[in-house]
Amino acid sequence: MDVIIQLQRQLSDYTNSLYREGFLDDQFKQLQQLQDESNPDFVVEVVYLFFEDSERLISELAKTLSQQPMDFKKMDAHVHQLKGSSSSIGAQRVQKVCIAFRNYCEEQNIDGCLKCLQLLRNEYTLVKNRLETMFKMEKQVLGAGGSIPLN
Amino acid sequence: MESCNCIEPQWPADELLMRYQYISDFFIALAYFSIPLELIYFVKKSAVFPYRWVLVQFGAFIVLCGATHLINLWTFTMHSRTVAVVMTTAKVLTAVVSCATALMLVHIIPDSLSVKTRELFLKNKAAELDREMGLIRTQEETGRHVRMLTHEIRSTLDRHTILKTTLAELSRTLALEECALWMPTRSGVELQLSYTLRLPNPVGFTVPILLPVINQVFSTNRAVKISPNSPVARLRPTGKYMPGEVVAVRVPLLHLSNFQINDWPELSTKRYALMVLMLPSDSARQRHVHELELVEVVADQVAVALSHAAILEESMRARDLLMDQNVALDLARREAETAIRARNDFLAVMNHEMRTPTHAIIALSSLLQETELTPEQRLMVETILKSSNLLATLINDVLDLSRLEDGSLQLDIATFNLHSLFREVLNLIKPITSVKRLFATLSLAPDIPEYAISDEKRLMQIMLNVVGNAVKFTKEGGISITAFVAKSDSLRDPRAPEFFPVPSDSHFYLRVQVKDSGSGINPQDIPQLFTKFAQSQTLATRNSGGGGLGLAICKRFVNLMEGQIWLESDGLGKGCTAIFMIKLGIPGRSSEAKLPLVSRVPADHVQTTFPGLKVLLMDDNGVSRMVTKGLLLQLGCEVTTVSAGDECLRVISNEHRVAFMDVSIPGKDIYEVAVRIHEKFSKRLDRPLIIALTANADRVMKENCLRVGMDGVVQKPISVDKMRSVLSELLDHGVLLEAQ
Repeated sequence: MDVIIQLQRQLSDYTNSLYREGFLDDQFKQLQQLQDESNPDFVVEVVYLFFEDSERLISELAKTLSQQPMDFKKMDAHVHQLKGSSSSIGAQRVQKVCIAFRNYCEEQNIDGCLKCLQLLRNEYTLVKNRLETMFKMEKQVLGAGGSIPLN
Repeated sequence: MESCNCIEPQWPADELLMRYQYISDFFIALAYFSIPLELIYFVKKSAVFPYRWVLVQFGAFIVLCGATHLINLWTFTMHSRTVAVVMTTAKVLTAVVSCATALMLVHIIPDSLSVKTRELFLKNKAAELDREMGLIRTQEETGRHVRMLTHEIRSTLDRHTILKTTLAELSRTLALEECALWMPTRSGVELQLSYTLRLPNPVGFTVPILLPVINQVFSTNRAVKISPNSPVARLRPTGKYMPGEVVAVRVPLLHLSNFQINDWPELSTKRYALMVLMLPSDSARQRHVHELELVEVVADQVAVALSHAAILEESMRARDLLMDQNVALDLARREAETAIRARNDFLAVMNHEMRTPTHAIIALSSLLQETELTPEQRLMVETILKSSNLLATLINDVLDLSRLEDGSLQLDIATFNLHSLFREVLNLIKPITSVKRLFATLSLAPDIPEYAISDEKRLMQIMLNVVGNAVKFTKEGGISITAFVAKSDSLRDPRAPEFFPVPSDSHFYLRVQVKDSGSGINPQDIPQLFTKFAQSQTLATRNSGGGGLGLAICKRFVNLMEGQIWLESDGLGKGCTAIFMIKLGIPGRSSEAKLPLVSRVPADHVQTTFPGLKVLLMDDNGVSRMVTKGLLLQLGCEVTTVSAGDECLRVISNEHRVAFMDVSIPGKDIYEVAVRIHEKFSKRLDRPLIIALTANADRVMKENCLRVGMDGVVQKPISVDKMRSVLSELLDHGVLLEAQ
């Protein structure tokens, strides 16, 4: 019993830290609300879809940035997609970088874009790691027989 | 003559006498016979003699008398008895007839005498009528002259023509030697010779107006004979002739003010002109009274004509003036429009130029916030962020202000939580106050409702501005915010005397006071504070300058909310209180038809799930699509998903009640899809409701969506509750009244 409670507390603390540090926002909570018995893996599915999408988009961005001349419109479209996805699951920090990235695209600022791409990669990696860790913890809790606490 | 029957000698001694008698008798008889013949002859000639029978009698009498005398001739000699008998018969007849005639004459002579008198009477009458006829004819003639003159005078509105024509016609009618008009000068103390008949342009003759002769003429409206030696009659400096009679008459100069609307013109005017008429010296014409009357009538007509001419002149002048003013105003308006356009262009450009770096600052500061920072650094970064947000707000304000001035700004009225607004204001200023070591307190009266209807964003702006000013100018102590519902006795404030608020069932007046213990304001400077960009001397000595748009915009917003805002201060160093009162709507009791949805609707009004509701979702972003699908599934809907416009058109059917379209699809596909859907479903009942989902639901977007026939716009991110209320409203009303 203690184990479950401990695991749950760990999970809870971790999740809270994610919110506190701005990796996730309210939207993620909404997502969690959509998960129920009829849809038990909803969140995981969506998140993994997000990972796929983001990786694809980031590599597309890298490709576009290395081309000469630079197609800012195309980049803007990709960033827009990424922004949409990240806001859908509540990946706040990624979303913020996307916003800044879009401004640089509008200004056709190559340096800014490059910087943002780097930031994007960082943020994405960070949030991916955190989410995967969170999922692992959830699995542990479920494995131990407990249930995932709703914040 | 005696006759005797004795034997007579033939011729006695007095035979001569006998012979004379004989001749006389003969002639008498002749006369006696010829007179009736003459009578008969003349009577036959004349047809009018009424007493024929008398004449016959008279004739008979004369004839018989003649016969008697004739027969007498035979009695001078021996005559027989037959002659004597005849003589006697004749005498008897004569006697009878003459007596009859005498009797008749008695009867007739008075009659014929009276005929005579009647004849005399008729003759007199005829003479009188002749005289009168002459008079009437003369009058009619003068009347014709007056009419003609009047017609001439009134046919023109030119003052000079009127007067010249008057003089010419009058002279012609009355055969005048000279005719002149003396007009009063501007000063009114002299009469100046203005027009004469013979001299075309008289110059220089003036006469003082107070002469007795002039007074005499002016005091009556009749024409007056004046002495030829009076100054007004001396019209020619070298008098080579003997002047005849001189007549003068006054001509009233009427002003527009003399013509009352329903009255005759008042003749109690003070200004008269003098018309002088000189008659020829050898005139045999008598100045008839009616000719003088003619003069008076003409004078009156001239007065009226002159006043008409004057009125016309005035109105022409006024019209010219108005036209000039019109041109000037038009020019001014065009200049103003140009200025406004220039200003708007300037604002638009500046706006854009200013926004870009501000965004960069905000974005990078927020990114900086997420890195590893020490607490002091974090606080600094937060302040930078807050300041740059305020700066962005200020830039928006500039645009707002220009829209406010144009009157094109409209409040976004919605229901919001009033209490949480106040709390948020407090939270926003707490960092600054804690850095400056000031206290900040908030006290809300218990009767303030939790929800109110107004423009939340603008109210927040007002509060932040007012509170921000309070904090800015306070170095020690603190600020206190109090808010309460204004009751009618406290609604009237001596500082805002023209403010007459009337609370009603659907509205209440919120009064907010922000008191600070800062450096205060000189009461004289207070009116200037609400003027944009104004800075007084004392304000400029403060740290960051108090000028700017803030208070001006606040005032405008407060006015839009039908309220009042003002500042009170006891003077420099004694702190300052900002007070504003605004009109807020009470939710649930407002009569507004378009009531937007409240963010938290009581559950019993809204369906919790929508089992079997078929919806179509179009979104090209996989993640976003999956999330929204999950949302809809959670609410019990049957969801079909598509990722592009043509797929959507292929799949959509009348079984789908709602079609959600994510607007982030590039290009204008989504608008085209909406139009195609309209085309596909001709009947309104068949067509699915089309809702746009977008992260950016601004006015332009809303308008574009509504223009292509969409039924609503929903702002992302969408929570489960939001989607639930959206679907509920769609199913109830068939349309989304306000974007969420």
